Amino acid sequence: MSDKKIVIIDYGMGNVGSVAAAIDYLQGNYLISNKRKDLAGADALILPGVGAFGAAIENLQDLGLVEELNQQVLMNKKPFFGICLGMQLLALDSVEQGYHRGFGWIEGHVIALKPEKKLRVPHVGWNNVNFDRSNLFFQRIDEGAHFYFDHSFCLACKEDLIIATCDYGGTCVAAIQKENIFAVQFHPEKSQRNGLKMIRNFLNYIDAQIECRQDQVC
Amino acid sequence: MLKVRIIGVLVVKAGTVVQSINFDKYLPVGRPAIAVDYLNRWGIDEITLLDINATQEARSPRFDDIREYSKSCHVPLSVGGGISDIDDIRRLIHFGADKVVLNNVLVKNINLITEGARLFGNQCIVASIDARRISPRKYEAFTNSGKMPTGFAPAELAKKAEERGAGEILLNSIDRDGSKKGYDLELIEQVMNAVNIPVIVCGGVNHPSHFQEAIELGVSAVAAANFFHYTEHSVITVKSYLKSLDDRVRLDSYATYDHSKFDLLGRAGKEEDTVLDKLRFEYIPEEII
Repeated sequence: MSDKKIVIIDYGMGNVGSVAAAIDYLQGNYLISNKRKDLAGADALILPGVGAFGAAIENLQDLGLVEELNQQVLMNKKPFFGICLGMQLLALDSVEQGYHRGFGWIEGHVIALKPEKKLRVPHVGWNNVNFDRSNLFFQRIDEGAHFYFDHSFCLACKEDLIIATCDYGGTCVAAIQKENIFAVQFHPEKSQRNGLKMIRNFLNYIDAQIECRQDQVC
Repeated sequence: MLKVRIIGVLVVKAGTVVQSINFDKYLPVGRPAIAVDYLNRWGIDEITLLDINATQEARSPRFDDIREYSKSCHVPLSVGGGISDIDDIRRLIHFGADKVVLNNVLVKNINLITEGARLFGNQCIVASIDARRISPRKYEAFTNSGKMPTGFAPAELAKKAEERGAGEILLNSIDRDGSKKGYDLELIEQVMNAVNIPVIVCGGVNHPSHFQEAIELGVSAVAAANFFHYTEHSVITVKSYLKSLDDRVRLDSYATYDHSKFDLLGRAGKEEDTVLDKLRFEYIPEEII
């Protein structure tokens, strides 16, 4: 494994400890930081999330991280992994506790979860996810694997971005991908072996990207 | 389909996991970090850690301990005990908790629930309600480890917590705690009907069929504390027992859950000698992630 540097972005509300514990288990290198220069020097970025949309975007903006993320992820094409709220923040906007603008990286909106059949909200617990095993991030994960969800808002976006869904009184977006941007609604850091495998797949993806850049073949 | 979670509760007193009986007597079990590690390996769906003397000692949660426990916890970790302000919640989440469990603030400072939900989202806030039966069909909610009556019915308090921003209710029965009599289904129904958020039930489990009763009632999660101690692979045994409830429990760790023999207490029964003989020479390598 190469000596890659992953920065787990700490904007004061993410469950950075849990994400760090998962990467520790996989013996990866990481830095927990909220500094722009660390983001600039990273090989890959992870944006965890336990929090409300408005408060999160406010914190990120105060730290000047939105601008830096735009630069690193959209311009420099660094591998990016968004988790839970870290996925929702990529949308154009959200209606969680008022109207808030997101990063606008993907064409989508964050809307309140309104499942049919009077299911309870928030959607908390282990749900089986439908995905295509040929996708890089779902490699080696068994079909119909369970992942841990915990959210009351969900992403509604263009269909060609969606790489995984789950069923909770209607179809719910579970994972999206757009070039180097990969994001999930569930918590892979808290989804036992399946989740750890997914994070391992992301680490492998970073390695491949670094190699790519060194050989300048892509 | 969403599965019903099976939650392991670790009641921690002075840094030691204890078995609690009626919120009154406590038997020591062992170190929390080890309990977390084992429950995680056995495929538990979630772990709830309650520090029951933080409030009595008027101190904050032990953040460094939480950091240590969360290292081997690859399932969601909810932490309760001694949380009195937003900074406590922020630090717990930073140190590896995924959700916080709030009990005393329900009556003392309910604004913390609203404020916590505003900053961390309501999915992060679990309102814990300890209920005691005061007359047939009537219950009262208590705080301070079951010592302080609140004057509220559990259903009433649950409704209030939901309105103020809680994302889940953790309902514990003081009478059934450590009683081995199974869940108080009457109490569970009252609270479930009052709220629209997920309800986790706890207190009294001594047999896997007790989980089944609550699951059939429609709860979102079933929790137990004492029941998971002192039995190897207790979580796997429970899940094998509940396997007949097709599609209601999560069965996807590397265990097979094929075991079908249970003794009267719902523990794994002894297999035939021929089966055991074969097992002696079987090598099952651990999957590398």
